[in-house]
Amino acid sequence: MNTPTFEQTAKQYIENDQLRRNIGFATKTIREKRKTVVEEMPDWEELREAGQQIKDRVVKNLDSYLLQLEESVQRAGGHVHWARDGEEANQIIIDLVKDKGVSEVVKVKSITTDEIKLNDALQQAGIDALETDLAELIVQLANDEPSHILVPAIHKNRTEIKELFSSAIGLPDLSDSPEELTNAARLYLRKKFLNAKVGISGGNFAVAETGTISVVESEGNGRMCITMPEMLISVLGIEKVIPTWQDLEVFMQLLPRSSTAERMNPYTNFWTGVSENDGPKEFHLILLDNGRTRVLSDPGGRDTLHCIRCSACLNVCPVYERTGGHAYHSVYPGPIGAILTPQLRGPEDKSAASLPYASSLCGACYEVCPVKINIPEILVHLRGKVVSHQKETGGWRAKIQPEHAGMYMMARAFQSRSRYEGAQKLARGGMKLFERDGMVSKLPGYLSGWTSARDLKPIPNESFRDWWRTRQ
Amino acid sequence: MKITLFITCFNDTLFPETGKAVVYLLERLGHTVEFPLEQTCCGQMHYNTGYQEEAIPLVQRFIKVFGDAEVIVAPSASCVAMIHEFYPKIARLTGDSQLISQVESIKNRVFELSQLLVYKLKVEDVGAWYPHRVTYHPTCHSLRMLKIGDAPLRLLRNVRGIDLVELPQSEECCGFGGTFSIKNADTSIAMLQDKIHHINETGATVCSAADNSCLMHIGGGLSRQERETRPVHLAEILASTEETATSGL
Repeated sequence: MNTPTFEQTAKQYIENDQLRRNIGFATKTIREKRKTVVEEMPDWEELREAGQQIKDRVVKNLDSYLLQLEESVQRAGGHVHWARDGEEANQIIIDLVKDKGVSEVVKVKSITTDEIKLNDALQQAGIDALETDLAELIVQLANDEPSHILVPAIHKNRTEIKELFSSAIGLPDLSDSPEELTNAARLYLRKKFLNAKVGISGGNFAVAETGTISVVESEGNGRMCITMPEMLISVLGIEKVIPTWQDLEVFMQLLPRSSTAERMNPYTNFWTGVSENDGPKEFHLILLDNGRTRVLSDPGGRDTLHCIRCSACLNVCPVYERTGGHAYHSVYPGPIGAILTPQLRGPEDKSAASLPYASSLCGACYEVCPVKINIPEILVHLRGKVVSHQKETGGWRAKIQPEHAGMYMMARAFQSRSRYEGAQKLARGGMKLFERDGMVSKLPGYLSGWTSARDLKPIPNESFRDWWRTRQ
Repeated sequence: MKITLFITCFNDTLFPETGKAVVYLLERLGHTVEFPLEQTCCGQMHYNTGYQEEAIPLVQRFIKVFGDAEVIVAPSASCVAMIHEFYPKIARLTGDSQLISQVESIKNRVFELSQLLVYKLKVEDVGAWYPHRVTYHPTCHSLRMLKIGDAPLRLLRNVRGIDLVELPQSEECCGFGGTFSIKNADTSIAMLQDKIHHINETGATVCSAADNSCLMHIGGGLSRQERETRPVHLAEILASTEETATSGL
């Protein structure tokens, strides 16, 4: 595993001024809009509570809801496939597309298909997958990676997009006006939609009761992908199931306000299996595990599966705002990514294991989460799992690692008054060695991260307890 | 009222002036302060960094030392939030039913200083005098975990002579986050730079908060950038009167 850790590459993104400006501007705009449309809802807290409870019920009864969903989809004329991991899901899709005898498919933005690297797998099988969401198209044309769940090209501004379109789709005379750029993409995509035989989507919700799948989107490209091709393939994580049609009432209020800060979602697509004279002739639903049952098996982390991918947590996160999404080295960036990625990938993945630490635990994410996922609490829980894993597998190297040794010694000191008071004296003496002109500005090793931009006041000669004793 | 002080290891070692200020302030308001010398640390640093097993004996110790106290006060929203939010979880981790019930019973008796004053003792004017331009940074744990609301601001607004100025983007984290400030120093520093930028915009000579940990972080950045603004804990402002300038100003 050569993927870098969060802290290894954060700096290069932080130091990219253009990137920081783009992301800072975009997150601030969405953040403030979201606040306005959420505050006008008198029952927002009740809605959050309802969303949380529905999702909790789903996760606790996932087995039966999934079987119910399968039955409902089949009853409506759709096919259901179960995929243990990304490789299985990709193979199912490749086989379906090849059976259809086509070499090009159109896609509606889906992070789940990004998670399983579907486009790469299709390409290796000789199939071109065209992203039709404007921002996904930008990312695809630039050979880049998405950096935000909802706004994948948030790290690019319109001048950069104009230059990309000029070179990638051969339109040198474009201006950087949003209207002109969007129109260029529209004309480029229109031809593709009309010729597409296979459409591939993700899905926001799958209703167990009816077998209905839903995709919410803002551009209408999803509507085209879902209705125009002869065959539609939808890939959904198993946690996307909800019990009943009526539950959508809650999520259709929570999701648009939390994600794009819209009161109502612009294009809300629902379909149930296939219909004789409308839409695709063939519908395939792929239900993907890819680590989700691992998440489910841990009571301390399983609430992560409640996520409806609104990305409100990204837009309020002070860490995400400084580094952008690429620093997380996962299709799921930001606070939700910091808890989802390590659980999906398991404890052996060192890059993912750095993510629970990519947070100051400020709690802004929990405050905005529409389904009340206590992200800081899960971050702390996952840190515990990282440390336990190091202790179990790291051997003596883990024990002498500075943080581990320091934590161990301090834990011992705090268990006895005399050892604690001794440690206070020791720290005071130790720090004196680094004091210059009444301030500590350079510390070695583990602590050097602090003094790279921050001074430290020396430890006073008299502790509070020393003073208290003199007072008695 | 008899009030037992939980100073916190951080304040005990690094910020004794804050502890003294709490004592002076509560005594001035007519209360008796007790300080059990057996106290050490709440275990937050261990727990939040992932050393959760190591936090268990510290929870047990806290119960042993403070179990009989009627009202406990700590000048640290972060440590109080640790007790309120995470002690019940740690207790459940042990499966010890006695510890679970002891934690449930004690957590409602532990208050952060401004919480104690405004919500428990129902006092907003503590008779303080502090003739300085002050801006207040609501720390994340005070705001979003402990939810102390505007209690600190209500206290500050009643301080005589104070020129209280609002901090822009005040609710955004300063970037401290305990070991985050070291493990992810680059990100932490980027957050701190923006916080300092906003503090400078206010023209305040003092930046105050309910947590010395965040203030140490902000103060460390201000000092490195050779700024005039100094970090001062809320308790020290509230303890300050015309007769006693405990804050050393």
